[in-house]
Amino acid sequence: MKILVKGGRVIDPANSFDKVSNVYINDGIIEKIGENLDVAGVDRVIDATGFIVAPGLIDMHVHLREPGFEYKEDIESGTSAAAMGGFTSVACMPNTNPTLDNAALIEFVRSRAKEVGKVNVFPIGCISKGQKGEELAPIGELKYAGAVAISDDGRPVENALLMKRALQYANTFDIPVISHCEDLNLVDDGSANEGFMATSLGLRPISPAAEEVMVARDVLLAENEGTKVHIAHISTKRSVEIIRSAKKRGVKVTCETGPHYFTLTDAAIDEFNTNAKMNPPLRSHEDVEAIIEGLRDGTIDAIATDHAPHHIDEKNCEFAMALNGIVGLETSLPLSITYLVKMGVLTMNELLEKMCVNPANILGLNKGTLEAGKGADIVIFDPDEKLVVDVESFKSKGKNSPYDGFELFGKVKYTIVGGNVVVDNGVLM
Amino acid sequence: MLGKHKDLLGIKALSAEEIMYILKNAQTMKYILMQNNKKTPHLQGKSIITLFYENSTRTRLSFELAAKYMGGCAANVSASSSSVRKGETLIDTARTIDAMGTDIIILRHSMSGAPHLIAKNVKASVINAGDGMNEHPTQALLDALTILEHKGGFEGLKVAIVGDVMHSRVVRSNIYLLTKLGARVALGGPATLLPKGIENLGVEVYDNIDAAITDADVVMGLRMQLERQKSGLVPNMREYSRFFGVDDKRLALAKPDALLMHPGPVNRGIELTTSIIDGKTSVIDEQVTNGVAVRMAVLYIFARKGDGNENIG
Repeated sequence: MKILVKGGRVIDPANSFDKVSNVYINDGIIEKIGENLDVAGVDRVIDATGFIVAPGLIDMHVHLREPGFEYKEDIESGTSAAAMGGFTSVACMPNTNPTLDNAALIEFVRSRAKEVGKVNVFPIGCISKGQKGEELAPIGELKYAGAVAISDDGRPVENALLMKRALQYANTFDIPVISHCEDLNLVDDGSANEGFMATSLGLRPISPAAEEVMVARDVLLAENEGTKVHIAHISTKRSVEIIRSAKKRGVKVTCETGPHYFTLTDAAIDEFNTNAKMNPPLRSHEDVEAIIEGLRDGTIDAIATDHAPHHIDEKNCEFAMALNGIVGLETSLPLSITYLVKMGVLTMNELLEKMCVNPANILGLNKGTLEAGKGADIVIFDPDEKLVVDVESFKSKGKNSPYDGFELFGKVKYTIVGGNVVVDNGVLM
Repeated sequence: MLGKHKDLLGIKALSAEEIMYILKNAQTMKYILMQNNKKTPHLQGKSIITLFYENSTRTRLSFELAAKYMGGCAANVSASSSSVRKGETLIDTARTIDAMGTDIIILRHSMSGAPHLIAKNVKASVINAGDGMNEHPTQALLDALTILEHKGGFEGLKVAIVGDVMHSRVVRSNIYLLTKLGARVALGGPATLLPKGIENLGVEVYDNIDAAITDADVVMGLRMQLERQKSGLVPNMREYSRFFGVDDKRLALAKPDALLMHPGPVNRGIELTTSIIDGKTSVIDEQVTNGVAVRMAVLYIFARKGDGNENIG
């Protein structure tokens, strides 16, 4: 199958390429990018005039919930949501049931993804057995079974010594360690960011320091060991500052944030809105400003959704009992375009670096560019088309989004995974 | 008045006029309450359910008595004896009660926002009888009625509220109410029990109680719970009462005619000394009486919504 994507603004940030051009796909591989139109022997022509043609987006932090929580999401529904959001690859967290702490389970996820997945699925294995924070999981075996990183996401590694050993051991296998930073003593059963909103709603507060002390700890551990560490979902001003200063002195730390941390403050939990309850919690205006500055100056490497689908009954309940997390795959690109590119924080090139190039580099994936010879993972979107978020239209089983009704810019038109058109003119195939 | 409110979830959503309207009705109810024959027909044909997920003596009893004095049909569901134990969700329990033709559900729950959640899911009016650390609107209304009776108004009064501010729903409801009516509110307590950002509600905040109490027209103590010691919020109760309890000496910092109030139940010797609880400016027992009057008014107003006959006259 030969596909010609013609007339779009082709952006390949990894190669500093940004011009109106045509992309030839042959048998799942990008054959060439060129301005001279040659339609001979082409099976399908996709007219991308007025659209951006970019490497498929990569979300390095999603929860696909399979195995164990298929009532919330499964690999088929989660990857359908990913495709609709312009993602061609997702890395899924291991806090399933059972947790992905052995090679067999990593292989299970990969084989299920081959069967039913709409996009590439890269499983992340556990740091500790059962995510209990007590003993290391078989990190080498996880890597050889296909895990692209290790993380106890959903839970912190509370024991600093175990974290130190995880960093040392994982370094041998060159597998990234993704840290969910949260000091549970400081969280103290809190359910909202410490400050006026939590106080005025009578919700137990979560100190921003609950995140920051562990960000500082893991930066110092990585610095001391000379290893890499990736910090998941940073949300506070001081987390940004800690990582900025660590990067300046050469620590091999990378980090991500989620669209919710640069688009919403804790004001969104007013009226006990459980669809704005997440972990880390939405923060103050000052924190949001700092996250945006961290994205602008490059302190924050990646935008990842922390896509966390839940069943309606797990959200339609008392705020303190409601589970943490929001779905994000189907709103990430339009939120980022609307709040970062349209607001002049990032150029489109810079945004794409944070949504495909950097996640690919952090996870060591051979993806994230449009070079000839690479697999044809491509997203085509109209950055100027307006849309109104409608959670009922989500392909994800989870409808838990605080963005229902938001007017945003940026509509995904085509998602091409390995040369297969999985979203065709906005419709999931 | 109050026509736009199906429920009484908190003071936050009420205007000063609406608060005064409830208080005016409560004064009428107090007059009825003070008669020999307390029976009125105001709630005839209305059913009122108290759904309590936390222990309570005075709040639940005063709601039940209020309903019964006015001829309403009142029944109680307590969490320990209901389907709650079988794992039924709050929404399902509330919908079950609603489906039995209940006019008013009075909810007490340990989680903030619980009444707001059921209010969206039932036809009945929901009255918040205390939700987590959020609000306890009828407590603030009965406190206000007590202050009104003694001080004749709120404008310019200094009300000191001292103790465990962090965990207190009474504080939040009182702050909303008193600031809307023009009083000055000063909070005092140990720093570990002062929630961040509360000053943005337009109150003064002190980490010692002397500054809060000085020149106050009203001094309100808050219940200190013994489990706060275990969570490391205060070292022990002896130290707490020494530095953050109110005794005769501290009360003397307030104006000579300052009212001493407490939402109850009191830990004698911890947040307040016995000598001031039983002292001449203490109005703690009157607060309890006013609790019945305020709850009669609230039940009356919310049970009669839609009847086109809300005013007692």
